[in-house]
Formats: sequence, C-alpha cells, structure tokens
Amino acid sequence: MVATLYGSRIRSQATFRTSFVTDVAGQVLIVATEFLELWVILSQVGTLGGMTLAQVAVVYGLGALAFGIGDLLFGEIDNLSSYIRSGKLETLMIRPVPLLLQISSLDLSLRRIGRIVVGLAMYGTALAIAGFSPTPSALALAVLAPLAGALLFGALFTMAGALQFWLVDGREFANAFTYGSNYVATTPGAVFALPMRAFFTFVVPATLIAYAPTLALLEMPGPALVPSWAGWMGLPAAVLVWIVAGLLWRAGVRRYTGAGG
Amino acid sequence: MTMPSTTPENPAEATSGGRASADGPASADGRAPTEGPAPADGPVIELRGLRRDYVVRAPVPGARRRRRQTVRAVDEISLAIAPGEAVGFVGANGAGKSTTIKMMTGILRPSSGSLRVLGRDPVPERRHLAREIGVVFGQRSQLWWDLPLRDSYRILGSMHRLTDRRRDERLARLVDGLDLGPFLGRPVRQLSLGQRMRGEVAAALLHSPRLVVLDEPTIGLDMVSKEGLRRFLREDRAERGTTLFLTTHDMNDVERLCERIVVVNSGTVAYDGALETFRQHLGAPRELIVDLAEPVDMLTLPGASTTSVSEADGIRHRIRFAGAELTVPTLLSAISSEADVRDLSLTEPAIEDLVRQIYTHGARPGRA
Repeated sequence: MVATLYGSRIRSQATFRTSFVTDVAGQVLIVATEFLELWVILSQVGTLGGMTLAQVAVVYGLGALAFGIGDLLFGEIDNLSSYIRSGKLETLMIRPVPLLLQISSLDLSLRRIGRIVVGLAMYGTALAIAGFSPTPSALALAVLAPLAGALLFGALFTMAGALQFWLVDGREFANAFTYGSNYVATTPGAVFALPMRAFFTFVVPATLIAYAPTLALLEMPGPALVPSWAGWMGLPAAVLVWIVAGLLWRAGVRRYTGAGG
Repeated sequence: MTMPSTTPENPAEATSGGRASADGPASADGRAPTEGPAPADGPVIELRGLRRDYVVRAPVPGARRRRRQTVRAVDEISLAIAPGEAVGFVGANGAGKSTTIKMMTGILRPSSGSLRVLGRDPVPERRHLAREIGVVFGQRSQLWWDLPLRDSYRILGSMHRLTDRRRDERLARLVDGLDLGPFLGRPVRQLSLGQRMRGEVAAALLHSPRLVVLDEPTIGLDMVSKEGLRRFLREDRAERGTTLFLTTHDMNDVERLCERIVVVNSGTVAYDGALETFRQHLGAPRELIVDLAEPVDMLTLPGASTTSVSEADGIRHRIRFAGAELTVPTLLSAISSEADVRDLSLTEPAIEDLVRQIYTHGARPGRA
C-alpha cells in the first residue's frame, strides 16, 4: 500500500515535466547559494569553528542531504494547518490508514530531489578532499549518518506539524525549528556559543545530524558538549525524538477530535 | 429561528416512531435487499443524548480579551437506525447535521451522551470503522486532484486492502452504474462537478461499506446528474442491503432515496418518522397544476380544504390541497372525469417550510 501511495505521487508529478525541471533547478540554486555564503566567509577567515573549507563542505553536504531526504519523505506534514483549514483533514480521517502516512505521501515533492542530489555530490566530493580514510566502521557511519539525519528531520517535521493542531497559524513558528535546525545542521557546531550549542544538541539535536558525524568521520576532536563519539548518536537521538514526535502527534489528533474544525 | 421551550416529542418516542417505519427496509419500492452482509443484531447507528458544544472566542468591543462563548451545535440527539434503513437527515443550515455526521465518523468527540456506529465507538475506533463506512462529503473531494480518476480507486483499493480482483469487480459495477467510463482516464481536476461527484460516490462505495453516509451528495448538481446519482444509489442499496444516512437540502433526494425522515432544528430532533406520513401529518399544502385540453370554468373537486384557481381562460388550473386529505391519484381521477388533462406538475413544500411548520403547528411525529 505504501508503494501504491508514493508511486502515485511520483507519477502525478511526472505529468508536469516543465515545472518539475524548473523546481529542481531552483532547489539546486538555493543549495549552491547557501554554500557560496559559507565559502565567502571561509575565504576571509580561513577556518570556521575549527574547520577548513573542505571539512565545512562535508558538514554542509551531509546536512543538505539529510534535510533533503527528510523533507522529501516528511516535509508535507508541517503543512498541516492548510489541511485543517480546508477541511481536507476530515476526508483523510475517514480512511483506514494512519494520518501521518497519508499526509506524508500526499505531496511527495520530487523537486526536493534537487537538494538531495547536490547534497550527495558535495558530501562525497568533500569527504574525498578532506582526507576521509574509509575503514569499515567509518564507511558504515558515512552511510548511516544521512539516513539518521533524515529521520531526525522527519521527526522535527512531524513535531512542527503536530504543533499546528494547537496553533492553526503556527506554521511559521514551527518552521523556526525545522528550517532553523537545517541551518544549524549545515554549520560547524563549534561556532555557536555554549548555551546555543547545548540547545541544538540536547533539545533539538541538530548538531548530531551533520556536525558530529563529520567530526567522527574525519577523526577530529570535538568542542565541549559534542565529543567525537557523538557522531554515532544520530540514530538513538532520532528514535528518541520520534517517540516524542509520535506522542505529540497523537495528542494533537486527540485535541482535533475534541475541538473540531 | 427560535428555539422551542420543549421538543415536540421526547427522543425515546421519536426513536420508536422511526423504528416502526423500518419494518421493511427498501420495501417502499417493493424490493428487498437480496444480498450483502447479514445484518448485525441491534441498530447500525445508535445515538443517545448526543450533545456537542463548540467553544468560540468572540471579540468584545473595547476589551482586549476575547470572550469565550459556548455554542451548542448538537443538543441531546437520540436516534436508532436499524440495518438496511435509509434515513434522510434534514434541517436548515447550522441545525447540527454536519456535526452529527462528524461524531458518527469519529472525526469529533461528543461533549456528552454516547453513540455506537456498527457496534463501535467512533473516535477510538475510527480507522476500524472506516473500513465499514463509506462517506461522501459533498463539499470536499477525497479524490487525488492531479491523477486520473482511475488511479484514485487504485489507491483507495489498496488503502482498504482490497484484492485486485475484488476491486476490479466492484469498480466495474460502479463504472457501469455511475457511467464513469468516459472520464475514467482524465485527471480529477479536469472533471465537471457532476462527473466528479459521481466519482466521489464511487470512491465512497468502492470498499462495499455496510453503512453509507452522504453529506449533501447532490449539492450543485443539475437535475439529470442528480437523478442519475439517485438511481444508482437505489440500485446499489437494493443489491447490497446497505444502510443509508443522508443529509441534504433537496427534499427530492429524501423522497427518492429514503423511507424515514429525521428533521433536526437547533441541534435537536424535531421530527422522526416515516416519510409517507410526514407531509400528511403536517397538512402542508401541495400544489397541483393541470393544463386541460379544453377550457373549463370551474372544476368540482373533492376535499374540504381544496382550492382551485383557473388561469388562461380555464385552460390552466392551480389546485392547492392538503396531503392528509387527498392523494394525487384521487384528485386526478376527479379532474379527468370532468376534462382531459394535457399536462400536469406537482410542487412540494420546501424543507425549510416544513421545518417551520413543525414548530408553528406543533405537528406530531409520524406515529401519532
């Protein structure tokens, strides 16, 4: 059933070829611009948070890749308020399929592939330049990290969506966490002051998405609160955050059935 | 609309009145359900003292804080619907129809009271229930907008875990009955309203639900589309013995599809009983317009409250009569004994008029 759901989305988008191409191109441009910004900074200061350009590129590529996958699979969930307002949510509720699955498959935007492709290319290239030594465990982490990161972003999107059961106009507020985390994830964590680093490690674990795995992959010592072994903490953190997200979502649905449209 | 201090009938009696009309499901058109799942014991829908409040925050002029206000959308509705019944649930806008449907389908939790639908508690068992209910929200689409119509059924089929064979067989029946063939391959966004609505009904019936809930299924449709839709709904119900729960603003929907009518007003049941007796007990005037082949000055007609006005030099006669007193055939045979009838039309009072009359005349429910 999941395959049918997602498959149908892919086919529906294949029918709008021109808009698909321009959308992908737009996404690529956004990623490129964001990275250009980091590159400009680095050309002035040499290192950022103790990282060279190639190392920063690993962080950025990994973060973009993880965000891209998470956004592709779960990005529609933070659009929940529009489903509530239009009453579309009610038509989803009369079907025997979990709401989260229905919403996440409803708008599987393939244009988000642009970010994934650029992220992946940057991640691979930068790893090679930054002197990655592919031991079996490092290789495993290199593959695991973007997936765990995608799961983490997915959980954040779900939380952002669930919050909109309470704040119907809360999409902007919720986006502060999802897109804010994306910004943090694609930046070397050491640049942030300690309280902020703590927040984005232990509350919203954005540094665990790309920064911590990069430290582990390139065998670099981490700053305070983000030791090198934290690179492996992405998956456990994702599980934890998903539990919270799941509970929040359930509470949200309960609130919706109580409060009504 | 003013709220009466007492309901015309207490809910328990109203319910029994309704149940009595359910003795023979689908018997009104002389057909009995031939197949379909064996009706479970007990009612398909059972609402007991169902109540639903909404909290709205209204701005108060001059004050910074908005005032919380409780609005009662549904107020103590009690209703029992037996397997195979077809019930028209009518009332003016804001009478509480949609809220009741939302509670029945598990979208909304009642503020108080209890309900069982197909033996289940709708909100906690929403997804189980969804396998056995088919719902059409007339104002909302549940089809996939930019996919060909056919694909929506493929997705819904897998959502309901239908085997390919079962889905294809059922779909073939729906395509045939609702005449979907010509636009099955067209994206939903390109369909006309009538085509889309037929598609919506097919989507709701694809998994052969035991209970079909239609919330204004004919809204915005032209006469031909409405009639086609009604014809198929009757056929399908006769074939499968499903229970039908319908809200509408079109009294013709109720007349063509239902045997029982429940009128709600201000969140309470104002009338519950067999459709046939509905008008008679109200004594609402019906109007028959006949065009005669030859002019006649004055028709002598039966019935104490019958009035007749002639127009067009005695060719057209406008006859108002009480439904409780006279049937149309009696009236027609009286007319044709005096003159040849060339054409005729019959107008019925609108739902809003009937509801108003329930209150002004304090009409008794059907079994009175």
